[in-house]
Amino acid sequence: MTEDIKNTVKEYILQEFLPGEDPNELTDTTPLITGGVLDSIGTVKLVMFIEERFNVTLQAHETDPDYLDTIESINNLILSKKS
Amino acid sequence: METPRVLHQLFAAAATRYPDNTAVVEPGLGSISYAELAVLSDRLRDRLHGMGVRPGDRVGIYLRKSVDAVATIYGILKVGAAYVPVDPGAPPARNAYIMHNCEVKAVVIENRFVDKFRAEYEQLGRLPSLFTLDGTGGGLPFAHALDDADKEEPVTQIASAASLERDLAYILYTSGSTGKPKGVMLSHENAVSFVDWCSEVFQPQSTDRFSSHAPFHFDLSILDLHVSLKHGATLVIIAEEVGKDPQRLAPLIAEQRISIWYSAPSILALLAQYGNLNRHDYSALRLLLFAGEVFPVKHLRALHSLVPKPRYFNLYGPTETNVCTFYEVPTPIPEERTTPFPIGETCSHLSSKVVDENGREVTIGEEGELCISGPGVMQGYWALPDQTAQGFTLDEGGTQWYKTGDIVVETGDGNYTYMGRRDRMVKRRGYRVELGEIEAGLYRHPLIAEAAVIALPDEEGVKIKAFLSCRQEKHPSLIELKSFCSQHLPLYMIPDIFSWHEALPKTSTDKIDYQRLKEMA
Repeated sequence: MTEDIKNTVKEYILQEFLPGEDPNELTDTTPLITGGVLDSIGTVKLVMFIEERFNVTLQAHETDPDYLDTIESINNLILSKKS
Repeated sequence: METPRVLHQLFAAAATRYPDNTAVVEPGLGSISYAELAVLSDRLRDRLHGMGVRPGDRVGIYLRKSVDAVATIYGILKVGAAYVPVDPGAPPARNAYIMHNCEVKAVVIENRFVDKFRAEYEQLGRLPSLFTLDGTGGGLPFAHALDDADKEEPVTQIASAASLERDLAYILYTSGSTGKPKGVMLSHENAVSFVDWCSEVFQPQSTDRFSSHAPFHFDLSILDLHVSLKHGATLVIIAEEVGKDPQRLAPLIAEQRISIWYSAPSILALLAQYGNLNRHDYSALRLLLFAGEVFPVKHLRALHSLVPKPRYFNLYGPTETNVCTFYEVPTPIPEERTTPFPIGETCSHLSSKVVDENGREVTIGEEGELCISGPGVMQGYWALPDQTAQGFTLDEGGTQWYKTGDIVVETGDGNYTYMGRRDRMVKRRGYRVELGEIEAGLYRHPLIAEAAVIALPDEEGVKIKAFLSCRQEKHPSLIELKSFCSQHLPLYMIPDIFSWHEALPKTSTDKIDYQRLKEMA
């Protein structure tokens, strides 16, 4: 489950925001928002992708870097929604 | 003699007339009345005076947008100084440069920013006096900071400064082509002439609720702050993180019953696409104003179909003049229209003309550079006499005209249509971006040998593409580059696309060949 979520999110981020990047460079702890990978529009797109792909609803405050800044934290957020 | 019309005097008059009206709301964090805001800003005036600030000085603002920051602005104006707001989210080195560049006498700053700011500033010079707040939100941290300071050392109450209309009110720093931001100096007269024009055209009422979407270092904030607080209206502060999230912003505009909205088009386009606007009640909204960049017609049409009630205005103008032309968008917008709307006709407090490369006025229908004169035009760039001189042209009658750098065409009906720029400046999410400043930022990376940046127009505005060459065979990863940029440039300046090359194409004079780069893109 966990690996599936992480891989799906990773693939989406690579394809959408880091075209051409070596997949090994994007780790579970790479900062996405604070590291300049996702801008504000990118964050909106990622939230929509997560909601649709994993069939979950994010609360307004869950779109902050606290929840979405790394693949690890995104995974935890989705798991907490699923449980 | 008539009292000079200066910003803090307009606010003081409103505070006397509407003491109990709510002046500023920070949703979820509190609000403040006109009387309370007047007292808080008086107390900062006295405190700053005690710290040695005198009329004619500059005072920096390094705070999150908040009630506390609004009180700070009026406190600085009341002591007779000019306020210099910076983006607390921008790299500390950039902010330290700005404060040092215009020699601020003091800085009002949140504690959490102090260490990094101090470290950067001390590389440039001796740190100015700091007035520190533990945080911001609803004005309470600000009041506490004043209480604490009073306990330690009481200050004498002084009268608000009798500023003159020609005195500086604020300095807004914008992107500079040489890689350093430049300070646009604006006087009370510049601001008040614009505020009065807004009063005439938009007829604000004390019952209006204004959005404060733009950050205070951005010139859109002049309308939000000083027009609403002149008229006894309420200013609704929209936190930065909410302001860029359409799913949180859409309900907030409805719940707060905002009646006058003003922002760059980019967030409005996001609201139209992702805000689920049909679920909310926008019956309070009477004016929808946008400025800062071209609004793609597709998104504007979608927005109007979802929010049909308000009047829509396209406002145009660089920071150097604030709004100088305006256009009311005729609605509904026909399906077949794809070309952007005009920037409109000249505001009544200004004059305009369109000139060719030799400074001669062109005829209607011909392209030329838009020039503006009148009481709204800036005093110049801080400590940049050459750039200031280059920015203006003097006509035979002795009138100074500010050259906007924008190429326009005047149509027969008196409206201007925007055609493009004559230099390397682009607009992104309403911000001015000098491509040269991005290049200067990229050159700070130790592995980057050459950097050239171009803007590519697309449906949403522009994409920024960086062409790079590397000092070694293995170049930095995309993630590393983006992370580097986020430390050295404001977020809106980070390129969308990076591409590596062995060497960049050159012209016969060995300069980077931008024409060739555009073809390659």
